[in-house]
Amino acid sequence: MPAEAEGLPHGLAPRLISFFEELRAEEVGVGTAEILDAFEALRTVPWTEPADFREALAATVAKSQNDRRIFDLVFDRFFFRAVEAEALQRELREGESSSESGGEVDSEALRDAIRQAIAEGDESAMRDLARLAIAAFGRQGQGSGVVGVDVQRIRRTLGLQPQPPAVEATDDAPIDRDGINRFERHLRRELERRMIERTGKLPPSRPLADLDRTLPTSPSQDLAAVHRAVSQLRKRLATLGHEQRGRRRNSIVDMRKTMRASLETGGVPLKLRYRQRRPRRPEIIVLCDVSTSVTSASVFFLSVLHALHDSFRKLRSFVFIERISEVTEIFERERDFRKIAQRVSREGGVADVSGYTDYGRVWREFVEEVGDDLHPRSTVIVLGDARTNGREPHAEIFAELAARSGRTFWLNPEPKLYWNYGDSVMAAYERHCTAAFECWTIRHLEEFVNVVAGGRIPEAS
Amino acid sequence: MQSVAETKAALTSAGYLADEPAALVSHLALALGKPVLVEGPAGVGKTELAKAISRATGRELIRLQCYEGLDEAKALYEWNYRRQLLRIQASATGEADDSFDRIFDEEFLLTRPLLRAISSPEPVVLLIDEIDKTDQEFEAMLLEVLSDFQISIPELGVIESTTHPVVLLTSNNSRELTEALKRRCLYLWLDYPEAEREMEIVRLHVPELDDALARRLVEVVHMIRALDLKKPPSIAESIDWARALLLLGADDIDRSVFERTMSIIVKHRTDIDLVAERVGVKLGPAEAEQAEATG
Repeated sequence: MPAEAEGLPHGLAPRLISFFEELRAEEVGVGTAEILDAFEALRTVPWTEPADFREALAATVAKSQNDRRIFDLVFDRFFFRAVEAEALQRELREGESSSESGGEVDSEALRDAIRQAIAEGDESAMRDLARLAIAAFGRQGQGSGVVGVDVQRIRRTLGLQPQPPAVEATDDAPIDRDGINRFERHLRRELERRMIERTGKLPPSRPLADLDRTLPTSPSQDLAAVHRAVSQLRKRLATLGHEQRGRRRNSIVDMRKTMRASLETGGVPLKLRYRQRRPRRPEIIVLCDVSTSVTSASVFFLSVLHALHDSFRKLRSFVFIERISEVTEIFERERDFRKIAQRVSREGGVADVSGYTDYGRVWREFVEEVGDDLHPRSTVIVLGDARTNGREPHAEIFAELAARSGRTFWLNPEPKLYWNYGDSVMAAYERHCTAAFECWTIRHLEEFVNVVAGGRIPEAS
Repeated sequence: MQSVAETKAALTSAGYLADEPAALVSHLALALGKPVLVEGPAGVGKTELAKAISRATGRELIRLQCYEGLDEAKALYEWNYRRQLLRIQASATGEADDSFDRIFDEEFLLTRPLLRAISSPEPVVLLIDEIDKTDQEFEAMLLEVLSDFQISIPELGVIESTTHPVVLLTSNNSRELTEALKRRCLYLWLDYPEAEREMEIVRLHVPELDDALARRLVEVVHMIRALDLKKPPSIAESIDWARALLLLGADDIDRSVFERTMSIIVKHRTDIDLVAERVGVKLGPAEAEQAEATG
């Protein structure tokens, strides 16, 4: 192995390979090229410097912010476990060090020291202090045996609270959420280390929690992610369908290119070159269900709508329950997401009596209101669960509006499994759509964008 | 520059305070000769990093600004068809003795940034700015340049680089770049600096500014960044603000100073309202008003 010839210690290379394997298992795309780069990088960076070692690996292997987040988690887990496994194998135990057993620990002094370490970002001091804190805490006999619970108890005992930045400065340097999180990480790791020492075996390795498995419940939490996905959508919709339009019609001759092409024929312009045409702006109409059956999804949908408005200038949006109401203006006026959500529910006026969605009526009103504005260049996106609450679905009206507009997409907040069960009439609508998607996470939204982008529209089944 | 620490020091003396990851990746870029993809929000100093590397290494900076619709003729090379035409006409009238096919020669080649960086006899720093603004086809075209440092010109052959340029690509993350491009690059995520580091940056660029005022300024900027704005203030804007405060001779950021100078850091109508409402009121009233109130 060439890496070992370059001064990496024996055994590091295979260990790194298994680290990369673990990254792959967490869906970070580590290719052979990346692995070679990483070894290459370790030739110029001393592997004995923990921070440099980590950054060098990260720079060569983790190629997006999301990858980097996973990289950090896996890195900590992998090398922590590697060290512990080694220690168990060699039956090494950390004796109680003198500082831990010696004397009472002044909790005030400890707290100040921790604050200082956090403020300075001194990782090794934080680690030592975490051990001190655990020792002091352990003597009071409050250990619950559950790592997560203990971490929170210790943090509370020490009075480590994040302060809102720049309130009247007290004597304590303000510490931010990040700093506390870092300290908590040390606490957690030290507690786990103790647990392993006590029980003499490693706990089973768990895959990382899938953070995006559920809908974002708080709007600000994932608004940024929704915005990112939607801004991609904008680019793709803008260029989609370009190839079908008559390219040669009304084109403008590009003189420069024509002259250049004429050189092949001795300066006689035999071939005309045309200026490329800018794609026309797509017109988008979004219909969003805000009834109670999609309550959990509607926050997500509203944030999608919010992001769409940021990206498209020509966008009309409607919310509906029993009736339909145009909310384009609200989105154009308001920036703040919470205010939008409030105004939509206050001024929308879409619930009539029951508060249950009436799709048939919605389509009828929609065709009345905007039917004439639909044309082959418009895209209609429906966000809804297609649950009619037993009312007449009027799929024929939907078919009419789908036929009038160029493309119709349906995003359903329910898993595909539940479609057409109970009062869901998804199938009736789906066959008129260009495509229908399940959409309840950011990932689904991105999939939708990708499908639209690639033009790979699946056969409606 | 043999080590990470030396790279960091060189960048500092070039007027760029790099954090650990940025220094390390710059070091790797120089040592391995691999392109670097720098991502991060607008205004965190991505472009500035390329400029600093160019200053620190004494290399020329060649910049390619990307935009929608950027094509080969503007990025790679173009044939100087006017001169070619003249040559053809000249040879037709017998004024020149050169044969017809000599018109695809290097003397008729207009070099654009990428070709210039590849063919430069001196090593250069190539900055491909805002790569996410171009389309995927352009990315594909870049692959040859980034992995082999060469450009194929159908009429002429392959032009290989004699010196290895340091390549930085910046992206505001407005779209996902292709895997193929990412695979060829080192990756660096730059974010807004922590308060301490931003203060050092402000001090480095505006050394005359009072320390306490600089601290206050950075605090306020961080408060503003915490809001959900259309365009949060960039590092360059904090520096501009510091300069403005210095010019105005302000010794504290009170409400009236803030309201007068706010437009330097906040540039959107809606943002200005939000900032005035959320941050402006937290600042102390102007001294004159205070005197009135007490007096």
